[in-house]
Amino acid sequence: MTSSRRGAPPVRQRTPATDLVEQTEVGELYLQGLLRAQLRLALTVLGVFAAALLAVPVLVTLVPATGAVSLAGVPLVWVLLGVLVYPAMVALAAWYAHQAGRLETRFSDVVGRDA
Amino acid sequence: MSGVLPGLAVLAVCVLTLVLGVFGLRLSRRTSDFYVAGRTVTPGRNAAAIGGEYLSAASFLGVAGLVYDTGVDALWYPIGYTAGYVVLLVLVAAPLRRSGAYTLPDFAEARLESRAVRHLCTVLVVFIGWLYLVPQFQGAGFTLRLVTGAPERLGATVVLVVVVLSVAAGGMRSITLVQAVQYWVKLTALAVPAGVIVAVWWATRGPLPQVDSSWLLPLTGEVPDRHHLYRTFSLLVALALGTTGLPHVVVRYYTNPDGAQARRTTVRVLWLLGMFYVVTIVYGVLGRAYLASSAEDWRADTVVLRLPAQVVDGVPADLLVAALAGGAFAAFLSTSSGLAVAVTGVLNQDVVRPLLAKVTGGDHSEVTGFRLAAVVAVLVPYGLSRFFPEVGLAAFVTLAFVVAASTFFPLLALGVWWPRLTVPGAAAGLLVGAVLATGAIGVTVLVGDRPGWAGALLAQPAAWTVPVALLTAVGVSLATPHRIPRGTRRTLVRLHTPESIPTGALGVPARR
Repeated sequence: MTSSRRGAPPVRQRTPATDLVEQTEVGELYLQGLLRAQLRLALTVLGVFAAALLAVPVLVTLVPATGAVSLAGVPLVWVLLGVLVYPAMVALAAWYAHQAGRLETRFSDVVGRDA
Repeated sequence: MSGVLPGLAVLAVCVLTLVLGVFGLRLSRRTSDFYVAGRTVTPGRNAAAIGGEYLSAASFLGVAGLVYDTGVDALWYPIGYTAGYVVLLVLVAAPLRRSGAYTLPDFAEARLESRAVRHLCTVLVVFIGWLYLVPQFQGAGFTLRLVTGAPERLGATVVLVVVVLSVAAGGMRSITLVQAVQYWVKLTALAVPAGVIVAVWWATRGPLPQVDSSWLLPLTGEVPDRHHLYRTFSLLVALALGTTGLPHVVVRYYTNPDGAQARRTTVRVLWLLGMFYVVTIVYGVLGRAYLASSAEDWRADTVVLRLPAQVVDGVPADLLVAALAGGAFAAFLSTSSGLAVAVTGVLNQDVVRPLLAKVTGGDHSEVTGFRLAAVVAVLVPYGLSRFFPEVGLAAFVTLAFVVAASTFFPLLALGVWWPRLTVPGAAAGLLVGAVLATGAIGVTVLVGDRPGWAGALLAQPAAWTVPVALLTAVGVSLATPHRIPRGTRRTLVRLHTPESIPTGALGVPARR
């Protein structure tokens, strides 16, 4: 049995929630609210991330002495860029995933209640 | 070093890949199995599969080689490769899964309702996939020659045969299983020898890395007019944004059960990549303690494979080299088959299937088309790989990232978040990004990396090609507001609403 995604007829059902999001001003507002909130969260995370990453090369360019700082004989830049950056990325990603999930739960609750 | 043990290790990895591929064949029966594993893959296994697929020759051998060569500035490569998943997670992971499309061209068509944009994406997927496959074949060639003395082409041919057989046999279902296993094979094959080497180095009070301050200190590597800060920034842009648009990465997101799971998968991927890259850096640093770059037939990408023989003697060294050679082949095979599946998928849907329908009058099975496409998808870059100059693996792979960042990243980011994206806007963005990125790369390949601003801008173009492509897409879209796809609203509802709301309830076609 083989099947393709294309060519299959779209399945459409009409329910109160359909009309809510598709046809009413309120639904439009809910969706826009979700989109804006998610986008704001995404851009915040990306902004923090980019600033943190670029801080190292910018600082080293402006104050070259910072590149030579070392801890117990190991240059700090190597520790930062070689090891610590990875757990930091995991932590940021986990925080984002949690926040994005919360925004979606809130949206589901509101739409479910009004429909 | 004797070539018997490493040769056996390479053989074992190839056989393992094939056996898992055939095992998967029993399970894959329907077309959707061939493409996306029937969408029943758990986050744990999916994350390992993404890691297995993503960690290519460039990561397994190339990163250590670059760290050996250029020191602290090379650390930006693994950071960029990993940061790509943060960007992907934040901007597209969940919406991409919810789009319900199989491939990047599928996504473009679903979002923009345009066959023309779809075909443009098909061409780009094939181009990026082939660009990424060439260094995998080159790496396989020099690895097998170094560890066994085999002719240069043999390694590439082995990869070619194994990838075609396993992809054509099982499609994506088997590949998901194979990729997940390959990640752990790769990590073990890299981490265990690294542990032994560090232990011996520590116990014998081995030599300290022989380095100068330009290796040790950031942004001091070359003459000042090469614009280090710009190059670092632009490299980071290419790697961090390019990951989002790589065809073999994106295809993995369709195998998550839902959007939330897609996010969970990505967080795990970051764990897996971080563990791997920290280990590769060890090879680059200790390589500096034991290896001099004056050896005959030198190429920095071989540091990982040469290091064990310098630290220990006899059979233990052979065993470590065997593990590393096996791991390296796991890297070539897994990345190549991931790319092969992605390229095969779009070739089959947009080229082979229509052609076959014409030739046979529709009298052929769909699986035949998939297998035919698989052969084409792998044979072309295999043939091309002998004509490309041998540059560092990590630098070569970066070219694919630059093209992906300049084309698919704007398409995906705007497609997911911006309701006013139009068909001409998307097409113009893709075209401008593709032309600028390939143009800059082409000039650098032809005239070499020149000093000064012109050289820096052409050698690391992502910092300007990505914004130009984005602004083109936005500008043309604003100028053609009547060409906003009619279903934009419905598509965006589907991309952003959580699965806990029944899909039918939102008036959008049910997800498959």
